[in-house]
Amino acid sequence: MTNENLIHYIHSIADNSLILGQRLSELCGHGPTLETDIAMTNIALDLFGQTRSYFQYAAELSNEDLTEDDIAFLRKERDYKNVLLVEQPNTDFAYIIVRQYFFDVYHYLLLKQLENSKNVNLQNIAKKSLKEVAYHRRFSGDWLKRLGDGTEESHERVQKAINDLWVYTDELFHMNEDDKIVANAGFGVDNSSLKDEYYQIISDLIKQATLEVPEIQYFQKGGKKGIHTEHMGYILSEMQYMQLAYPNMKW
Amino acid sequence: MTQEADIATELLPILKSVSDPEIPVLSIVDLGVVRSAYLLENNKVKVEITPTYSGCPAMDVIGDDIKTALKEHGYEPEVKLILSEAWTTDWMTEEGKKALKDYGIAPPVDPTSDKDALLGNKKIIECPQCGSKNTQLVSQFGSTACKAMFKCEDCEETFDYFKCLI
Ligand SMILES: [Zn+2]
Repeated sequence: MTNENLIHYIHSIADNSLILGQRLSELCGHGPTLETDIAMTNIALDLFGQTRSYFQYAAELSNEDLTEDDIAFLRKERDYKNVLLVEQPNTDFAYIIVRQYFFDVYHYLLLKQLENSKNVNLQNIAKKSLKEVAYHRRFSGDWLKRLGDGTEESHERVQKAINDLWVYTDELFHMNEDDKIVANAGFGVDNSSLKDEYYQIISDLIKQATLEVPEIQYFQKGGKKGIHTEHMGYILSEMQYMQLAYPNMKW
Repeated sequence: MTQEADIATELLPILKSVSDPEIPVLSIVDLGVVRSAYLLENNKVKVEITPTYSGCPAMDVIGDDIKTALKEHGYEPEVKLILSEAWTTDWMTEEGKKALKDYGIAPPVDPTSDKDALLGNKKIIECPQCGSKNTQLVSQFGSTACKAMFKCEDCEETFDYFKCLI
């Protein structure tokens, strides 16, 4: 395993948190109620905090003179290795919750394994993040149940969100070349090992929420290889605007 | 299982004078974010702090405030942010909990009660205004990452609860 492999692996984990955090922060001041608005921006903040820890470490590992900000803001679309799920738009509250829950369960299982990484930095970040992600998962899972078991309209909308976003779940368990090398070295996680438990957990909750588990077997992929949906360009143009317009600006 | 903070006696009063910028009555020592502070040679001081939550925006300010306070006392500080061990509300001192309550924030309860309270199962959290336990969860997330929002059915005020994190 080279330093490059490890850096790419760290990017791919952190990019999920970064892009989902960016999506959630679009809701700041636009949440359906004050409480959900605050909740979603709080989750965004946790995800950004985790991203910072990963990128600070990746910057340290790099031979180039990089900062966490360079990694977050100055890469090109193809260099972001987040899964397609996290870049999906805030279509409505049901989509936001389903996207969150689908990601939170995966994130939780991933971090639980990453806690055992042979790399002490990744171990520490995972331990810290796991406490936060357990809380995110509780929030999104509670809401999913509430929407499913709520009104006719909330039920219908959350079922549609589940059906539409289901196609992005399989990619969570894909491994690119860097992932494989880093997992084999005992530093990373073999994502495919999380799959069965993942589908068990989300299927149980979907049923509990009086909703139906989709039988779709066709899945979308690409993000882990840097091939994104049309939404990604818009996310990046907003996220990167300040650093591109005012290079090296700081708060 | 968790380590005690290791703070040199001479540095303790200085660090105690630095407070959490979001909860000004709470010293960072009582909050438990200062994990160690050593005196090195030539007045150099090394301080290690750990964030309550990964994204806590107060950490940068806390780091700067520690440096300022130590410099005022003639020290040359270096502040390092560490992640291990991860912060837990167990590290908050009794003095810290009292300061929170006096300020109008309900301090963290034990993990089991905390879970019950945050799932809305039991009325356990005491209103910091009137002391009533007839309180209800409004939102699992509050004004900052470390807090949840409650309301008191007796005095009808809302209040923040400092969530338990273990
Ligand atoms: Zn009251």
